[in-house]
Amino acid sequence: MKKAITMDPRDNVATALTELRAGDEVEVLSTSRAVVQRLHVNDALPLGHKVALADIPSGHDITKYGAKIGRASVFIHAGDYVHIHNVTSDRMPLTENMLGHKPAA
Amino acid sequence: MQFQGYVRKDGRAGVRNTVLVLAVCDCGEPAARQMAEGIPGAVAVTHYHGCIAIEVVPTIVGVCTNPNIHGVVLVVMGCEGQRPEPMAEQIASTGKPVSIINIQEIGSTREAIARGRAAVQAMVSDAAKEHRVPVDIGRLVVGVKCGGSDTTSGIAANPSIGVMSDLVVDAGARVVMIEPIEAIGAEEELARRAVNESVRQDILRWVGDEEKRWSVPGASVDFMCGGNVLGGLTTLEEKSLGAVHKSGHRPVSGVLKVRPDLVEQVPDPPGFYLQEGIHIELQAMTYQAAAGANIIVFATGRGGSFGHAICPLVKVTGHPETWARMSEDMDVNASTVMEGTESIESVGRRIFDEVLAVASGKITKGESLGFYNFNIWRQDPRLEALLGLKGA
Repeated sequence: MKKAITMDPRDNVATALTELRAGDEVEVLSTSRAVVQRLHVNDALPLGHKVALADIPSGHDITKYGAKIGRASVFIHAGDYVHIHNVTSDRMPLTENMLGHKPAA
Repeated sequence: MQFQGYVRKDGRAGVRNTVLVLAVCDCGEPAARQMAEGIPGAVAVTHYHGCIAIEVVPTIVGVCTNPNIHGVVLVVMGCEGQRPEPMAEQIASTGKPVSIINIQEIGSTREAIARGRAAVQAMVSDAAKEHRVPVDIGRLVVGVKCGGSDTTSGIAANPSIGVMSDLVVDAGARVVMIEPIEAIGAEEELARRAVNESVRQDILRWVGDEEKRWSVPGASVDFMCGGNVLGGLTTLEEKSLGAVHKSGHRPVSGVLKVRPDLVEQVPDPPGFYLQEGIHIELQAMTYQAAAGANIIVFATGRGGSFGHAICPLVKVTGHPETWARMSEDMDVNASTVMEGTESIESVGRRIFDEVLAVASGKITKGESLGFYNFNIWRQDPRLEALLGLKGA
């Protein structure tokens, strides 16, 4: 089965260890390689990108490494691809360099 | 727990017994290289900031007094702003042999090179008479650093190195991490680990000052780039948390100062320490070496083909292809985490074992290639003064 990894038990996202396709069932591993969850992914995502492990309402924290890495900008469903399209940073807004085009005003 | 090391007269312990030939400014570099050429155990280095950069002196003294160094030959043209005599005095105060070769004073450059070679040969033959003895691990200082990062770094290599950092601290030894720029966005997490309020303030200033240095209008840098986003990193917080993960989870015991007139040494009490300074690989490693690091553990996704003149490097990659393609350069494979076949804890223990083996004399991949890179970062006192930072 395809795998993803969580870095801390508090995390609500997991990082894909292989490329994932919509509908794939994924085993979510802890850092000690225990299977902590199984879930179906709703979207395709490349290796190293993140999938939501639970529903995350808009404005709620995205947690990875047991720490806040940003906030949901829309309601994120369990299994959704989590990236710049649905997360905002408290520390640094998206730049042209990060987006590949000018940010919307 | 013990390793087999060299005990120095000042009580510190080395993992190598190198004779360092250091050209105090680059005018003396070709002569210095000829003094060390073909002599096993001797390494010649310099820096490229010129003869007026007196800010590099504390770094030079730091690397020369590093316990991995048996003795030092300082090579000077004779007219440098960096005077060799006070440096030699500080080096000698640690009990190491030190010799100054002043080219202008000797007059004949060939004669200077011959005298330099004789000094190097005498030190190398004395060094060969010293033997490794069992040393308590408490005297070991391990640096952690990352570079050539990719999406695997924050998932495999850095977290595994973090496990190693915790094992080193728990064994009673010391870990030092530099690169404050990598902590922008993760400063609160690090600050939470401070042993007391004063260290907490130091951590926030450590990050804040570095952010100011790189945010000068018209010269600002992007702390996060398009490649990071393509690799799966969503926010600066995520990127930084992945980078600082190599620091492990133990309390932060202090922030070591790097100033134009001071490179603070890693103190004796066991623990995890942060260090001021630059994040650029080799210059950062030189700062770590100048603060007393014995070995540096380096996380890389893309790979790295280099070594360091003062500290052996244990290079760890989390990328399966990098491990397969660059096995001549990589020391530890952390890509098993990406393949889901090994736990991060297990990889961390393997890195710890490798660090102890290298401390006891195991040759690293970089050393086997004969790579002894060296470079010094010059902290610019003008920038420090203009920004009103503590370094001025």
